[in-house]
Amino acid sequence: MSQLMKFRDKPTADKIIKKLASMDLNLTLMHVCGTHQDTIVKYGLDDLLKKHGVRIRQGPGCPVCVTTTSEIEMALELAKKGKTIVTFGDMLRVPGLKESLNDARSQGAKVRIVYSITDAVNLAKKTDDDIVFVAIGFETTAPSTAITLLKDPPKNFFVLSFHRYLPPALNALLGMGELKLQGIIEPGHVSTIIGMNAYEGVSSKYSIPQVIAGFEPLDVLMAVYMIAKQIHVSESIVENEYKRVVKKEGNLKALKAISEVFEPKDAKWRGFPKISLSKMAIKKEFESFDAEKQWADELKSIINNEFTEPKGCECHRVLRGLVEPKECTLFGETCNPNHPIGPCMVSIEGSCNIEYRYRRIIR
Amino acid sequence: MCLAIPGKIMEIDGDLAKVDFGDGTAREVNSSLVDVKVGQYVIVHAGFAIEILDENAAKETLKLWDEILER
Repeated sequence: MSQLMKFRDKPTADKIIKKLASMDLNLTLMHVCGTHQDTIVKYGLDDLLKKHGVRIRQGPGCPVCVTTTSEIEMALELAKKGKTIVTFGDMLRVPGLKESLNDARSQGAKVRIVYSITDAVNLAKKTDDDIVFVAIGFETTAPSTAITLLKDPPKNFFVLSFHRYLPPALNALLGMGELKLQGIIEPGHVSTIIGMNAYEGVSSKYSIPQVIAGFEPLDVLMAVYMIAKQIHVSESIVENEYKRVVKKEGNLKALKAISEVFEPKDAKWRGFPKISLSKMAIKKEFESFDAEKQWADELKSIINNEFTEPKGCECHRVLRGLVEPKECTLFGETCNPNHPIGPCMVSIEGSCNIEYRYRRIIR
Repeated sequence: MCLAIPGKIMEIDGDLAKVDFGDGTAREVNSSLVDVKVGQYVIVHAGFAIEILDENAAKETLKLWDEILER
């Protein structure tokens, strides 16, 4: 484990910075992971890199943030119908149209927080109530849901799948062309599952360098250096900085489980129009566990509804990398982690929450 | 959501493994997604081990960086 501390080594960081400084850079990069954003802000890498001509923005890499108001409303509707809603902690405080799951809980709805889907299954075993696990997350989290459904969970256990595939969002973002990007730092733990090949299409279609990176400060700095070197020699390939965890082919067992249980369907993401084949829908074979199918009539009107974003909230543009949290007029004033207006301030993986936690200005 | 932390496999029993995260924190995790042995390090996300942390690859990476950065 002491090996990991070497990925925080200051002299090595200085050497990378020196290399970058000698390259006369003017780059805008994107990463798509809340854990990367945490590392970048916690260690002040963004300010450090800015001095050497490298700007980094967080894109749609926060599962809680990209979950739509309509999806939150679906969970709220089932809670109101007396189902027990079980999910990860951050989801409770995301505002729906009028209230959050947390608000519903304070009014008597059964809403529980778990660390793992396994806890939700164990809960189902102990009760006759309908237990609905609200499943969020990219390819990193989806295998745990898939494995659970493959292992024949109790009949009163259901999944409301808001799982999403990450690569379609990269394609959508680059296709929209709002922000001119010179490189993408790819998320280490999504890549642990999907491997390197999943990104090849993006690099070839948009001629953009991509580097899969780990989560220590040196991992991020090295990924920036690897992208800068690609640009220097006019390359746009997929490279892997996080070789201690990510294999070229990904985790084949996990990929198999995902493909057995889920199939891609078009879906809206917060901040984006409908993204083609980007959501993991539960396959017909497993529909007895699919909350969306089980309560289709109750949820129909919500699924087809278009909801507007909270007034003044810039979360949707933060997710496309167009603005930084501090450019939002609500940031730190009416919007803070105790009273979040949008999900980017709710989730510990959201840009606004991270900015507030590490760099809040005491007024 | 994609936060995953490394831990060491202490025991394996079927699909479950006891993982030591250091500082006396141990937890049972589902290890069915990886072919892992006792004593190896794994990356754990939401109660599931999603990959083995390859200590040799970590050493090689650091060595390679030294070479690149000394040039």
